[in-house]
Amino acid sequence: MSEGLRDVVPKQASSKSLKFILRLCKDPMGLIGFTLVTCFVIIAIFADFIAPFDPNKIDILNKLQGPSANHFFGTDQLGRDTLSRLIHGTQIALLVAGISIGLAVLIGSILGAIAGYGPNWLDFSIMLLFDMVRSYPVIMFALAVVVLFGPSLTTVMAIIVATSFPTYGRLMRTQTQSLRQSEYILSAQALGVSMHKILLRHILPNAIGPILIVASMDVPFVIALEAGLSFLGLGVRPPTPSWGSILNDGYTYIRNSKWLLLSAGAPLILVTIGFTFLGEQLRDIFDPKINRE
Amino acid sequence: MFGYIIKRILLAILIIACAVSTMFLMIHAVPGDPVNVMLGPRATPEIKEALRARLHLDQPLMTQLFYFFKGFVFGNFGFDIRSNRPVLDIVLEQLPHTLILVSSALIMSTLGIPIGCYAAIHRNGIFDRVFGIISISIIAMPAIVVGLYMLLFFSVELGLFPVIGAGDSNDWSNYLWHLTLPVLTISIAWIGYISRLVRASMIEVLSQNHVRMARAFGLPEVRVMSRYALRLAVLPTITMMGVSVAFIISSTVITEIIFARPGLGSLLFESVLSRNYPLVMGTVLVSTIFIVAGSTIADLLNSLLDPRSLKEND
Repeated sequence: MSEGLRDVVPKQASSKSLKFILRLCKDPMGLIGFTLVTCFVIIAIFADFIAPFDPNKIDILNKLQGPSANHFFGTDQLGRDTLSRLIHGTQIALLVAGISIGLAVLIGSILGAIAGYGPNWLDFSIMLLFDMVRSYPVIMFALAVVVLFGPSLTTVMAIIVATSFPTYGRLMRTQTQSLRQSEYILSAQALGVSMHKILLRHILPNAIGPILIVASMDVPFVIALEAGLSFLGLGVRPPTPSWGSILNDGYTYIRNSKWLLLSAGAPLILVTIGFTFLGEQLRDIFDPKINRE
Repeated sequence: MFGYIIKRILLAILIIACAVSTMFLMIHAVPGDPVNVMLGPRATPEIKEALRARLHLDQPLMTQLFYFFKGFVFGNFGFDIRSNRPVLDIVLEQLPHTLILVSSALIMSTLGIPIGCYAAIHRNGIFDRVFGIISISIIAMPAIVVGLYMLLFFSVELGLFPVIGAGDSNDWSNYLWHLTLPVLTISIAWIGYISRLVRASMIEVLSQNHVRMARAFGLPEVRVMSRYALRLAVLPTITMMGVSVAFIISSTVITEIIFARPGLGSLLFESVLSRNYPLVMGTVLVSTIFIVAGSTIADLLNSLLDPRSLKEND
């Protein structure tokens, strides 16, 4: 019997996620978002195989060229293939976004749940922390941190985690507060279930949906922040290709070649559209209030 | 009402105080001696000692924090390492450029209100659908790409707008001409965002009883919209604009650098590159004060326009 069960369960799960994806793609916006995001993830994973050239191969004779059959997106000031650099930049962008948003969601959810479930004074202090962090202008805070700790990928990720966890914390707090009075939590309390178990087992699974939607919509902001810092020369160190540093090359040589700048901005625009459309569609599916309309 | 205002202002002061101390503690969390970082490896021990004494770095941490706060309260943010001028003077010199940029961007983004209204009234029409897709795609568009593309198309390729600088501040038409692209860069996303926000709350408000009542009494549609519907529908926008000051100040940094405009952003960037600590701290703190003030004013305005929110807050 257990053999039979094992056969059935994964099938059900996969058909459920397939159904979900189909529902996501029924709307053209969801389809565009899902396709773009999938493409970027695939590009990031298989960057080494997809990129036509070595992203750091210098070919000074062919510098600052426009699009051609050999170099689809042209070349930069050192004759490096822009397309290959952008493809490898996708890895950096998604890596930074994935790790830092993941950590921010984790820290924010824990603090938010404690604030929403714990005593009043704890709630007040955690909210004060959230408000304080939110009152720093992100890029200015980032510049100040970079000058203190030096530019690196880790610094960039730390900055993103430190500035974005309050968003998730606030959401989690609201969710927890509305859930804590519900009957199943009260009965769990009456049964003597410990606080961390209630939070982890009963509140978290019910509160995580909206947080994931916001996280999806935050991806473009995080990628833009990384690009901004790298653009200012304060993010990823050269010669590692990052979308921001390629933008900076394009900005520096704006009078020599428009192609470098044009192609460096394209993936940022596409990734923004992808994640925003996906997030909007996810919200429409998960938010019953909108569904009823 | 009065109690709420006092409470909100006290909270704002508390937030600023916490932000100031965090900033201060962060300088001390840096591995190594800040004096070494400031003066570079070639400074003599005497110079280092003098700077250390001037910055009160030779005293215990709590005393230093006290000096820092005392200076902060009296508007003494320390001295610029290079020119030895007071940091506050330098920051105040650059502030007007940034303030003009931020306030123009805020004013520009209110364009979203009529767009959102129109979309809500003609819901699911062609305008609503087309503008819906456009605004969703531009909301998250990074200022850096928008700014660089505008610079490329309108300044470098077409030559319609100036490439660098803030223009002549005595000649307002020249100044406005230089202001156009930076303001568009910052506000374009906010026009989209605010139009979505107004549309959503307008749709909700239009279905409420008091609007139906006003229509039933035969009030002209324009009056129903402006007096009864929009007044409520615009509330979330005001809260959002208060919060948006933080985002807008953040995007001014990139925008000022791209368009080579003077202002807090360029000042900060230059002082970061030259590791001018007091100037970095001064700039960040002044902008933090503006952001906290922005969200406080928005909250107070909100409670003024909608007394119902006071009850929720208590």
